[in-house]
Amino acid sequence: MLDYLWIIPLLPLLGSATNGLLGGKWPKNIVNLVAVGSTFLSFACALEAVREFFANGQAPVHKEFFDWIVAGNFRAGFDLQMDQLTVVMLMVVTGVGWLIHIYSMGYMAHEGGYYRFFSYLNLFMFFMLILILGANYVLLFVGWEGVGLCSYLLIGFYFLRKSAADAGKKAFIVNRIGDFGFMLGMFLLFRTFGSLDFQTVFAEASKPAWGHEPWGQFGTFTIACLLLFMGACGKSAQLPLYVWLPDAMEGPTPVSALIHAATMVTAGVYVVARSHILFTHSDTAMLVVAIVGCATAFFAATIGLVQTDIKKVLAYSTVSQLGYMFLACGVGAFSAGIFHLMTHAFFKALLFLAAGSVIHAMGGEQDMRHMGGLGKKIKWTYATMLTATLAITGIPFFAGFFSKDAILFAALQNPAGGGVLYAFGLLTALLTAFYMFRLIFLTFGGKERFDEHHVHVHESPWTMLGPLVILAVLSTIGGWVALPALFQGPDYFSNFLGPVFGRAESVDAAGEIAAHHLELILAGVAVAAALIGLAFAYWLYLKRPEKADGLAKSMHGAYTTLLNKYYVDELYAAVVVKPLMWISTNVLWKVADVGAIDGAVNGIATGATAIGDASRHTQSGNTRSYAVWVVVGAFVVIAVIFFWPIVAAKPEIGMVR
Amino acid sequence: MSAPLLVFFVLAALAVGGALNLILQKHPIHSALSLIVVMVSLAGLYLLMGAEFVAAVQIIVYGGAIMVLFVFVIMLLNAGVEEHTNFSKLAGIAGIPLALVVTGFIAAAITHANDTVLAAPQTGAVAATKDLSTMLFREFVYPFELTSFLILIAILGALVLAQREHS
Amino acid sequence: MIPTSYYIILSSILFGLGVIAFIFKRNVITIFMSIELMLNAVNLAFVAFSRALGQLDGQIFVLFVIVVAAAEAAVGLGIVILIARNRQSLNVERVDLLKL
Repeated sequence: MLDYLWIIPLLPLLGSATNGLLGGKWPKNIVNLVAVGSTFLSFACALEAVREFFANGQAPVHKEFFDWIVAGNFRAGFDLQMDQLTVVMLMVVTGVGWLIHIYSMGYMAHEGGYYRFFSYLNLFMFFMLILILGANYVLLFVGWEGVGLCSYLLIGFYFLRKSAADAGKKAFIVNRIGDFGFMLGMFLLFRTFGSLDFQTVFAEASKPAWGHEPWGQFGTFTIACLLLFMGACGKSAQLPLYVWLPDAMEGPTPVSALIHAATMVTAGVYVVARSHILFTHSDTAMLVVAIVGCATAFFAATIGLVQTDIKKVLAYSTVSQLGYMFLACGVGAFSAGIFHLMTHAFFKALLFLAAGSVIHAMGGEQDMRHMGGLGKKIKWTYATMLTATLAITGIPFFAGFFSKDAILFAALQNPAGGGVLYAFGLLTALLTAFYMFRLIFLTFGGKERFDEHHVHVHESPWTMLGPLVILAVLSTIGGWVALPALFQGPDYFSNFLGPVFGRAESVDAAGEIAAHHLELILAGVAVAAALIGLAFAYWLYLKRPEKADGLAKSMHGAYTTLLNKYYVDELYAAVVVKPLMWISTNVLWKVADVGAIDGAVNGIATGATAIGDASRHTQSGNTRSYAVWVVVGAFVVIAVIFFWPIVAAKPEIGMVR
Repeated sequence: MSAPLLVFFVLAALAVGGALNLILQKHPIHSALSLIVVMVSLAGLYLLMGAEFVAAVQIIVYGGAIMVLFVFVIMLLNAGVEEHTNFSKLAGIAGIPLALVVTGFIAAAITHANDTVLAAPQTGAVAATKDLSTMLFREFVYPFELTSFLILIAILGALVLAQREHS
Repeated sequence: MIPTSYYIILSSILFGLGVIAFIFKRNVITIFMSIELMLNAVNLAFVAFSRALGQLDGQIFVLFVIVVAAAEAAVGLGIVILIARNRQSLNVERVDLLKL
């Protein structure tokens, strides 16, 4: 299988093409078979590839399949690679992807455009797999752009709704802004290293001749990494390019789960982790990544506190958790960041799918203020969602606990401002616990705030519940690969990723023991923060629900600001969108297009007409004027014959001088 | 003022006078007769330059054939005094200046070229007709034969053009 | 002796008068005659140069000019007769069927 790595992305592509071209006429069963089947086969092939990888002693694999771009010394081929990082990403993408495909069979059963949905979903899988299997930046960028395209297609799936179409456009355009930075970064890397292959670039960058760039020095590495990070901000919804992710909730819930929780938004983290050799050369870039990640985490968490739409809360939660991942990368704890990526994929996908189940049960209602008391009615959904919430808040032994603690520990150790990063990270953990349990209590606890007769609450079918249960199990045990570390055993996960990130994370033995005690203390502090958040949510939403409104009224200014998402969208509209529209209309359209281009083309036509009009007078039909023209012509000929030798001789005279 | 120069000026004055008269006369027959005067004076000038054969040909062919043809056509068509119409604005405005420019230009161009040929008096040998004919039948025999074709075509053309229509 | 430039100036004057007649006269036949005048002027120049350079080429060319002028006059006058028959007028400005 390792020789045929291309099969893994190819299968979903075939599924997408088949469904897209022929699925319109097929019954749902066939569409399901093609879509879910191709994803399952891809997952199976991925498993086989991973098995072979382990059988070969975890030796990194790099296979070149064909030359795509060959220009002079530059070669960008269709090269796929496999190393430990790829294994993690591959399992997450194919595994969670497959589960979500199964879920979608149930969720989208009553929607129009069924085959189209699965075609897009499979296409997304193809591009995502290209992204993570690619062995050079060019192929990665192909996948990068492709997932952006699929995100647009899927967000705007209900294209007849204007808000959905607008959200799709917004996602694509904001992504594009990030992609601009990414491309510039790629160009700079090419110019510096002469190639865009990971192997070549990283090998070259590891040589000692490339110096380390301290804080404040904007050398090649810093600029290239900052540009790549700009692309990552766009794709992974960090400040200031996060605005598309909440709007992306217009898409169907499985889309939110797959693309905007588990896979596409993690592409930015993947790129930063993959390029860790470049990032570690530059202190400035690392600090920027850490600060942006931390700030985003805190910022999004504050907005999530007051949102009323269940999916919006989860969207801001995603932005916040992605901030954690970047914080980890920024302080050098790359494997912790990837660990959190993996556990986040599990519990966030579960949260979204469970939310979808709730929405399905409520017949389409998404506003939490109209829910309540569902815990008794949809038990399986409640149980799985509660599991995911425990995971995300970092309750011990659930998946999120291990990954989040690793990040906070690494943040505190950071030489530059570690304390501040840790403080905000901790505060965000508290807020996360608060808003997540607020969600649980508003949705599943308390009294029912809807009319029983209008809404017939029913549990979801097993095609939807099955994936929920599997993901719930993964959310529980997913972090246990790092469990032995609690008892001073090996951390299996970061050991596994050691060969990839080795140089960035080595710690000496003596320091390890002291660090371990600190880690345990910090873990305790984090758990305490989570419990405080939980307790506050419990008190505010279960014990004394009327206090919630009172609190909102008394902090009216802050409440409205948070509810309106800090007015960021309005700010962007005023500062960026309106001037651009003005320039487009008044400068580019009226002046450049109509005035210059149309004017030039029309002007040529008008000019031709004018010349014709002027020349018309020579053909007057009057013989005597013709006679005059004959004389004029003769005169011109005589003049040319007389003057030509002088004109022709002049250059020679000039040259002689 | 030597004799040849005097003869030159007289003949030149005749030629220019005839040309002027051609312009100034209203009836074409008078213009034709003025043209004959011009041609005869030009023949005299040829003689003055020693080109006897050319002078003779000028009188016989130009004066005796071509101009006679002109006069015959004028009489055939019963040409009268030409009516005064002025439809062409271009000719009216640009005509005289253009003609003057052309004339002056040609004269200036040729005479101001610093060629010793022009300034020196004419000292070449008087051309003998024998030499002329030898040259004509040796170097220029091909154009000479072609002109006979040319005349044949001209005759045919004139015949075809001037036929009456077959009704 | 007579400088060649005198002959050239005379030739130019005759040529110019021919151009004036060509532009200003309205009778077709008179225009034709002005063309003959111009040809004569050119012949004069040819002969003058031929004498000045001592070569006979100029005079031979004059002979050819005269022959061609004759042929041209014959055909041209044939056309003039046709025009006169067609338009019932010898005024060149009446030949204006191409006018808009």
